[in-house]
Amino acid sequence: MTAAPALEAVDLTRRYQLEGVAVEALRGVSLSIGQGEFAAIIGPSGSGKSTLMHLLGCLDRPTSGQLRVNGVEMSHLTDTQLAELRNKTIGFVFQSFHLLARTTALENVALPLVYRGVGKAERRHRARAALESVGLGHRMEHRPSQMSGGEQQRVAIARALVGRPKVLLADEPTGNLDTRNGAEVMGMLDRLNSERGVAVVLVTHEPEVAEHARRQIHVRDGLIELDTAAEGRGA
Amino acid sequence: MRGRESFGMALEALRVNRLRSALTMLGVIIGVLAVVILVAVGTGAKDAVEKEISGLGTNIILVVPGRLSVGAAPTQSKLSLADVAYVRRVVGDPSKVTVSLQSGETVRVGGTEAFVTIVGTDQNLTNIFDRPVDKGRHLSETDVDTRRRVAVLGSEVADKLFGDLDPIGRQLTISGARFRVVGVYGKVGQTFGVSRDQEVHIPVTTAQRLLGIPRVNGIAVGASGPDEIEPLQSRVVAALADRYPGEQFSAVTQTQLLGTIGSVLGMLTGVLAAIAGISLLVGGVGVSNIMLVSVRERTREIGLRKALGARQRDVLSQFLIEAVLLTTLGGMIGIALGVGGALAIQALTPVPASITWWSVALAFGVSAAVGVFFGVAPARRAGRLDPVIALRAE
Ligand SMILES: Nc1ncnc2c1ncn2[C@@H]1O[C@H](COP(=O)(O)OP(=O)(O)O)[C@@H](O)[C@H]1O
Ligand SMILES: [Mg+2]
Repeated sequence: MTAAPALEAVDLTRRYQLEGVAVEALRGVSLSIGQGEFAAIIGPSGSGKSTLMHLLGCLDRPTSGQLRVNGVEMSHLTDTQLAELRNKTIGFVFQSFHLLARTTALENVALPLVYRGVGKAERRHRARAALESVGLGHRMEHRPSQMSGGEQQRVAIARALVGRPKVLLADEPTGNLDTRNGAEVMGMLDRLNSERGVAVVLVTHEPEVAEHARRQIHVRDGLIELDTAAEGRGA
Repeated sequence: MRGRESFGMALEALRVNRLRSALTMLGVIIGVLAVVILVAVGTGAKDAVEKEISGLGTNIILVVPGRLSVGAAPTQSKLSLADVAYVRRVVGDPSKVTVSLQSGETVRVGGTEAFVTIVGTDQNLTNIFDRPVDKGRHLSETDVDTRRRVAVLGSEVADKLFGDLDPIGRQLTISGARFRVVGVYGKVGQTFGVSRDQEVHIPVTTAQRLLGIPRVNGIAVGASGPDEIEPLQSRVVAALADRYPGEQFSAVTQTQLLGTIGSVLGMLTGVLAAIAGISLLVGGVGVSNIMLVSVRERTREIGLRKALGARQRDVLSQFLIEAVLLTTLGGMIGIALGVGGALAIQALTPVPASITWWSVALAFGVSAAVGVFFGVAPARRAGRLDPVIALRAE
């Protein structure tokens, strides 16, 4: 028996209603991300990458189509159940870090465990370990404003990891970083995927960044234009 | 997520936005402060007046001409000493009826002068009112019958005119006439803001001649027990109405006086508390406003929390607890300041203030309720925010 894919999307569409005008951000996307896979979603700005990532991360519901997370169909779940699903199985990394200002790195990293009901002592212990694993053992009590962009994104990665997710979704994680810091963050995602076996879905508009992934999914105008995994299988 | 976590987060959010939290609380602080102080002053005034009235004596009925009501103009007296004798016959026990004729006059001892209330009365005064003498004696029946020029001094008058000297047997001049001091009353304090220690009592007969007034201002009757008060009161009023057809006489008992004044002051306290309550409500609107601003400002934070697994109710309770914490903290500060203010008023001004536990409990309860009431709408808005929209917000 083979394990269910980490993420499996079938014919996803997402339509936004903007001042009476319907915007078709996704127009029928099907893809499957296996356990431990490393895939990049690449496409120009406005092509629907973020919309797709939000759907894959169960932050949003599709207008039509199905999404299964570890084999569980998400349309059957309530908002509360989706919140628990996100908490346990999905980690997020965003372009603009999304750290809580005026809150220490340690507390930022521990936040997902708060919503899981983990006690304070264990939270701190696990958050410290996660920060050490991204090389920020010396920045525990620093606030976001006291850290560089690269350090902030590493805190965000530690926060995504602390709950031991199955899937990590990263939306333009290097978009706000210089080349050196960007490379460092990408190296970290590589290691995470190869050493811990976390499936990583990387969203980017930069081909060089997408190169890190073994598989590239090209999106344009809300449709998958090219999926190197399918190509590989086809050939 | 457990309650303690929500509480901690809310406290943290308030701490992070210290200045804003303080300014938001200010409305609630002022509202609660106002409630506590105004209720304390109102209650203090009521207590003080009630104490003064009870301090007069027990089972007293005051008979005055005209209709007696709060704020009514005083009526020209028609009562004479003959009427007093008549009332004595109606009551049956002459010793339980006394009389009063009052006038402001200047008294003099050597070079020292004092403006006092001259009270013409008789030997029965002390059968009805609590008025012990400190030195010497009370007015006697002979004093009244023979129009003696004798006086019993209130304690302040004695202090002012004679200082350390013993006044008994000494002379003083009232409106040019010489009087001999026969007694000094003990300290009794004031009634309705008028000090009774500034009175000088002389026989009513002497007073009528001295002042050239053939009337008396009022008659006081002492009932033998609480059950006797009402029948006696109606008997006296009916008898006087009989004697003077078409004239109005009023008799008022201490209990009625207490009841009337108590309800007037109670109402006043209620109105003050209501006005203060409105400012508490305005404080609540302020909390609501700030919480809405806060929810908008922290849209990204809310989106992030939801992405990380916060459920709708986690976010809702975080913001609701924040609002309630704001108002209850404000309430506690307001109570502390209000109690302090009431104590200061009590200590530093002649205004009496009395802190009642119910006003403190009410102020605290209302401020917590204000937090819930005005916090619910912003908290629900926060809880319902769509995480994607919240995350995309810049
Ligand atoms: N909340 C929204 N309301 C209306 N239109 C939206 C909304 N979110 C995204 N869109 C539109 O959907 C399309 C895809 O957006 P997005 O997924 O952010 O693209 P990308 O991440 O590839 O730049 C764009 O045309 C964008 O304007
Ligand atoms: Mg995008």
